[in-house]
Amino acid sequence: MYSDKVMDHFQNPRNVGEITNADGVGEEGNVRCGDIMKLWIKVEDGVIVDAKFKTFGCGAAIATSSMITEMVIGKTLDEAEEISNTAVAEALDGLPPVKMHCSNLAADALQKAIDDYKANKQSA
Amino acid sequence: MDRIYMDHAATTPVRPEVIEAMLPAYKETFGNASSVYSWGREAQKALDDARAKTAAVLGAEFNEIIFTGGGSEADNLAIKGTAWKNRHKGKHIITSAVEHHAVLDTVKWLETQGFEATFLSVDEDGMLDPQQVRDAIREDTILITVMHGNNEMGSIMPVEEIADIAREKGVLFHTDAVQTVGSLPIDVKEMGMDMLSLSAHKFYGPKGVGALYVRKGVRLDSLIHGGAQERNRRAGTEDVPAIIGLAEALERADEERDKVIPEITRLRDRLLKGLETIPETRVNGHRKKRLPNNVNVCFRYIEGESLLLNLDMMGIAASSGSACTSGSLEPSHVLLAMGLSHEIAHGSLRLTLGRETTENEVDYVLEQVPAVVNRLREMSPLYHQ
Repeated sequence: MYSDKVMDHFQNPRNVGEITNADGVGEEGNVRCGDIMKLWIKVEDGVIVDAKFKTFGCGAAIATSSMITEMVIGKTLDEAEEISNTAVAEALDGLPPVKMHCSNLAADALQKAIDDYKANKQSA
Repeated sequence: MDRIYMDHAATTPVRPEVIEAMLPAYKETFGNASSVYSWGREAQKALDDARAKTAAVLGAEFNEIIFTGGGSEADNLAIKGTAWKNRHKGKHIITSAVEHHAVLDTVKWLETQGFEATFLSVDEDGMLDPQQVRDAIREDTILITVMHGNNEMGSIMPVEEIADIAREKGVLFHTDAVQTVGSLPIDVKEMGMDMLSLSAHKFYGPKGVGALYVRKGVRLDSLIHGGAQERNRRAGTEDVPAIIGLAEALERADEERDKVIPEITRLRDRLLKGLETIPETRVNGHRKKRLPNNVNVCFRYIEGESLLLNLDMMGIAASSGSACTSGSLEPSHVLLAMGLSHEIAHGSLRLTLGRETTENEVDYVLEQVPAVVNRLREMSPLYHQ
């Protein structure tokens, strides 16, 4: 039911872990539906230089988390904000329809991490 | 290590002897059992033999067995069939919150047709207190349906006591025994059953065939019209090969029970004990009153589908009650009914053993599961060592 790309990211997830002195942290999802994604980003001169994630969830949740970290590293914040949940799913050669809503949260978590970064910067 | 199948509550392989017994009815004695010529009589004879065998194993009479297209149909026939037949007497049905969907959704559908239902809760071991059933009975209660063994967490319900209460109150009692027939001894008369459902593919028979025991004197409306088969209670040309397979598989399961079940129970306990050593693990279901082949645990901080996919990569077939595997957005209704939180219910793992399960397989699973649980926990934002 999952594409080879999803299975690859599920089996060998990229950038798992936390960034201790992250510039922004975003969390999306809830335990009720069984998917929680937490994303840490490191930003230098408006560019995301590092991203790591931890995810509680199904195969799709883990694969989308892994994929988005690959997609954002090296992108400017503006470029990163353009990434949609659909784009993440497309980069994985699609997700089963039932997973499109509940487990496809990576872009939302990223947006929250970017918002967090901006808020931190403003208050600094 | 070859692939390891630990999902026998989902389905089982058909025993080679059962396939052998079925083959002649596909090739030589393929006639329609309703036909008058010799082909028909041969098919009818095979059908009669299968019915007699099935009845004998269950302690039932020949005419008390209705063959159906599986366990779900047997449940539907028992519940809708008697509800419809007795709707002039009353409209209230009692069941439990942890039934298989074949019962639960059937009762819910009847609610849309003017019936009323009480869904009884269970305790933290998944057990139903018979007193609750007694208290729920109303003047207009026409049917009580409570499962024998729970397909998910394995608890065995006190169906004999519930049957006593039902009889005392003059209410019909049905039990879904799909998980117990083949592994527990069943005597419908001794147990006081009015109706009992079973499914062949749970005890090494073919898929798509089941049976409903209906005590003589219990009347029900047919779900499928268009023929006089099964004494007007289930129209349609009988699937004679499948029915032969059901009877053969049932008889063999009954014969080998005393040899096979203690060994499966021993392996189950070994597996449970090993899995319990993983920190923050909860055993679901009653410890003692439990299906002999059922292991069900929740590992906190992880999600079931990820667990299953990882185990599949190791060649292990298992099952989970997480939302992703229950086919809805909610985790297992059974685990939630036992009072588990959503978070914990999402991390459930069910392993169900079979007659061909070996000690080596159990040990391999005990090697792999802790590693997979660790790996997923280390990825989980909920987990803090």
